[in-house]
Amino acid sequence: MQIDWNHFTPWASLIGGLLLGLSASLFILVNGRILGISGIVGGLLTPRAGDTSWRLAFVLGLVIAPSVYTLFAGPVLATVDAGWSTLIVAGLLVGVGTRYGAGCTSGHGVCGLSRLSPRSLVATLSFMGAGFAVVFVIRHLLA
Amino acid sequence: MKNAVHPHRLAEFGVGLLFGIGLILAGMTDPSKVLGFLDLAGLWDPSLAFVMGGAILVSLGAFTLAKKRTSSFLGGAMRLPTSRDIDKRLVTGSLLFGAGWGLAGFCPGPALVSLGTGNPKAVVFVVAMLAGMALFEVLERRPAKLALKG
Repeated sequence: MQIDWNHFTPWASLIGGLLLGLSASLFILVNGRILGISGIVGGLLTPRAGDTSWRLAFVLGLVIAPSVYTLFAGPVLATVDAGWSTLIVAGLLVGVGTRYGAGCTSGHGVCGLSRLSPRSLVATLSFMGAGFAVVFVIRHLLA
Repeated sequence: MKNAVHPHRLAEFGVGLLFGIGLILAGMTDPSKVLGFLDLAGLWDPSLAFVMGGAILVSLGAFTLAKKRTSSFLGGAMRLPTSRDIDKRLVTGSLLFGAGWGLAGFCPGPALVSLGTGNPKAVVFVVAMLAGMALFEVLERRPAKLALKG
């Protein structure tokens, strides 16, 4: 294992992480809800009376974030190397997987681990493990 | 008052916005950076470990407090998950999610934030993700119907 010093951003990532923790803290203490993106979005697909507007308000905040960020700090840059078909397969896997496993990086990874939930620890180890494995196969076995 | 925005909706919008900005600062909205973290055997970028570490550092205290309360600050119920099952669903679902995450470098939050940049690749990913979630709902309901018939 070699560290990629050129791309290593410990401070920006730590500050970003602190903001994510602050968001999750506010959401559970102020609104009484777990900040789990896949659960919040998934709930929009089976709408129930009185349960939709809070989800939409939250998602709207997420989608508007780059515009607000750009206003103060410049453009949001992202490099997506995956091709179109890979993106579709990946999206389907993420969609089915997060709903079947009842959570993603935010719900299990941040909120679950912060609740000291053994269930979320198993989920987090599983999706991180699969992520490491798939990248290893793509970059080092197939490439 | 009827047409005024409910104050709770402002709170949820605000938290979504804060979370989105956190994801951007953290580097999570750049799939190449995420994949750099997942590439243990190559040139490894450990930054994302700082994201999760920072997030948990803050929210540990909040969840410790949340567990002791029955209502939120806005007065609603404290909705903490009740399931403790470590079963095939949890592990299989998480493995499928992780595989998709490793393929494209997008997880649900960063993908939705990237939607706001107008990146067509983020649009395609999010549409596929929503289709996957809808597919889950269909598959989830089918056995229940069969069980009722049987």
